[in-house]
This record gives sequence, C-alpha cells and structure tokens, in this order.
Amino acid sequence: MSDSIGLVIWLVGMIGGVCFITSSLIRGSFLKYFFLNLYVLLSMSADLSRQYVLRTRGLQSSEYYYVYYYTDCLLTIALFVAVISLASRIFEELKLGRFVRSIAVLLLLGTAGFSYAVVAQSSERLSTTFASELSQNLYFVGLVLTYLLWGAVLKLHETRTRLVQMVLALGLYFSAYAGSYALVNVASKYEVVQYLGPILGCFLPISWAMTLLRHSEEARLTPARLVAVPR
Amino acid sequence: MMAAFILAFSVLTLLMFFVSYCRSLTASSLHTSITEDVRDVTGIQVRAVGRDYARVMQILQLCPDRPEDRSGLQIVGAYYSFLNLLDQGFARMFPAVRPWAEEERASCAHYAAVALGRRIALNREMLAQQVEL
Repeated sequence: MSDSIGLVIWLVGMIGGVCFITSSLIRGSFLKYFFLNLYVLLSMSADLSRQYVLRTRGLQSSEYYYVYYYTDCLLTIALFVAVISLASRIFEELKLGRFVRSIAVLLLLGTAGFSYAVVAQSSERLSTTFASELSQNLYFVGLVLTYLLWGAVLKLHETRTRLVQMVLALGLYFSAYAGSYALVNVASKYEVVQYLGPILGCFLPISWAMTLLRHSEEARLTPARLVAVPR
Repeated sequence: MMAAFILAFSVLTLLMFFVSYCRSLTASSLHTSITEDVRDVTGIQVRAVGRDYARVMQILQLCPDRPEDRSGLQIVGAYYSFLNLLDQGFARMFPAVRPWAEEERASCAHYAAVALGRRIALNREMLAQQVEL
C-alpha cells in the first residue's frame, strides 16, 4: 500500500473515531452506547500503536506482526461485544437481554475453543496463528449475528431510529468487509483492492457519528419502510 | 471458488443493507412535510416525484451549507444514482422494478426538499441577524 494513501486513510479513520466519541459525549449517549464507544476507542488505540510500531520497527518486523494480529483479535472481540450490546437492547423489551448475553458468552467461548482446536492440529502452534484464526472465526460469527439481528429488527417492528441505523451500518460494514476480503483473494494483483479494507474501516464510526448527530434517542421510524423490497 | 461465492454473497447482502440504510435515512424525513417556500421555488405540487430531485439539488447548492445535512445528502445522492442505474439497466429486463424505483426516487426528492426547507429557514435566520446588526 502506498505510504501517503495509507496515511490519508489512517487519518480519516482517526478523525471519524474522534467525531463519534465527541458526538456521543455531546449528545450524552456515551454510556448508553458504551460498547460501541469502547470499540471505537480501542480501534483508535490499535491504529495508533500499529502506526507507531510500523514507523519504528518496519512492516516486515516480527513486532509489527504480533501487534497487528493481537490488536486485530482484540478489535474483533470488541466488535462482537458491540453487536451483542445492540442485540440485548433490541431484545430488552422481551426480557431476553440476559439470555442474549449468556448465548453470546457461550458463542465467544465456543469460537475460541474451535479456533484453538484448529490451530492445535497444525505443527506450528504459534500464538499469532491462534489470534488470526480466532479473529477470522469471530468475524464470521459477528457477520451471521448481524444478519440475525437485522431479521429481529424487522420481525419485532423495531422503530428506534438510532438503533436501526446503527445495526444497518454494522451490516453494511460487515458485508463490505467480507466482500473486500474475498476480493483480495480473487483479485490480489490489483493494488486498489488493498485499500478497500482500511477505507471501509473509516465508514463505521462516521456513520455512527452521523446517526447520533442527526437523530435523538426518541426519534422513531416506520418499520415497513426499512425492508429493501416491500412485500 | 469459495472466495468467489463469499464475494457474490457479500455483494448481494451489501446491496440489501445499502438499500435498507438509505430507506431508513429517507424514512426519517417522510413525516416532515415540504414547506410552502420549497413548493414555491421548486414547483413541487402535492408530493415530490423522482424527477424533482435534480432541480431540488440545484437549488440546494445555491443556499448556505448546513454541515449536519451534508453526509446524509451525499448518501441519498448515491442512492438516487444507484436507482437511476437500476432503472436504466435492470428495469429493462424486469419492468416490475420500475414503479418501485420511481417510488424510491420520489422519497429521495422528498428528503432533498425537506433539507432545502431547513436551508431556506437557516438563510432567513442569517438574514434576520444581519438586519438586526
């Protein structure tokens, strides 16, 4: 990735993160959407530490390799927790919040166990391999959970504009990210493909910030308007 | 093979989420009616139709910018272009898509008209403040 383009994308991502944290503090939503804020804060810290190690140790160093995979794993877990926090808010009226959280913990432990089992079978039992395996698997579980969450939003006729738009932004982010990963595998020779992931990473905090700034907690919308193709 | 399958699947779901996200943006403006001022300058009669969008956007660019509207208008603009593309390509093979696309373009025009109303109100406020000074 070209250094200057990478730096511009990194800066946009950092500004997006700062915008989201600032807008949630201004709107008094920091604690209400604590896990989303936590994810964005962790993402900014990970970006800063990656950038620092990249500048001081270089792209090919083992330090960068470790920092990259461990922060990636941590971020995926944080994003998973953010998805669950949105799910428990959607299910809270059905008094299913605790049930959703218990399932999420089981899912997280199950995915970690599965990833460990996969890594343990290989001859190189590297801890970074475990981190990357866990990250990928949790990412997929997060993607499936977001789809289920979107189904629940439609089924339960969720009307809270902020919640709906945050779930939709997550869905957009997950699908685009999965697509860009696949595109890297299919067409890795095109340099532009390498920028897709980092660019998409900027989208999430910006869209969340936009939602917080544009809509109050009381804003509601008509659920029938949300279905992509009305039945 | 697997990567191609994931790519195709994620493009489909991306489209689904994109349409739903844009619909959630335009839906938030649906319960705000178009002001008399906007009706006067744009010529919108009862409700906005798809072709009003371009005219409303032209007038919007003449008004002072409201930063809080900017990103929403950009996304809705992208959605409008996507709908045009759908209408010109996909709808030729599947004509049933056309009325749906037109309905969606009308909601984009309504969204832009509501934003124009807010900008005109801001313009008036700024003018009133200048007169006071």
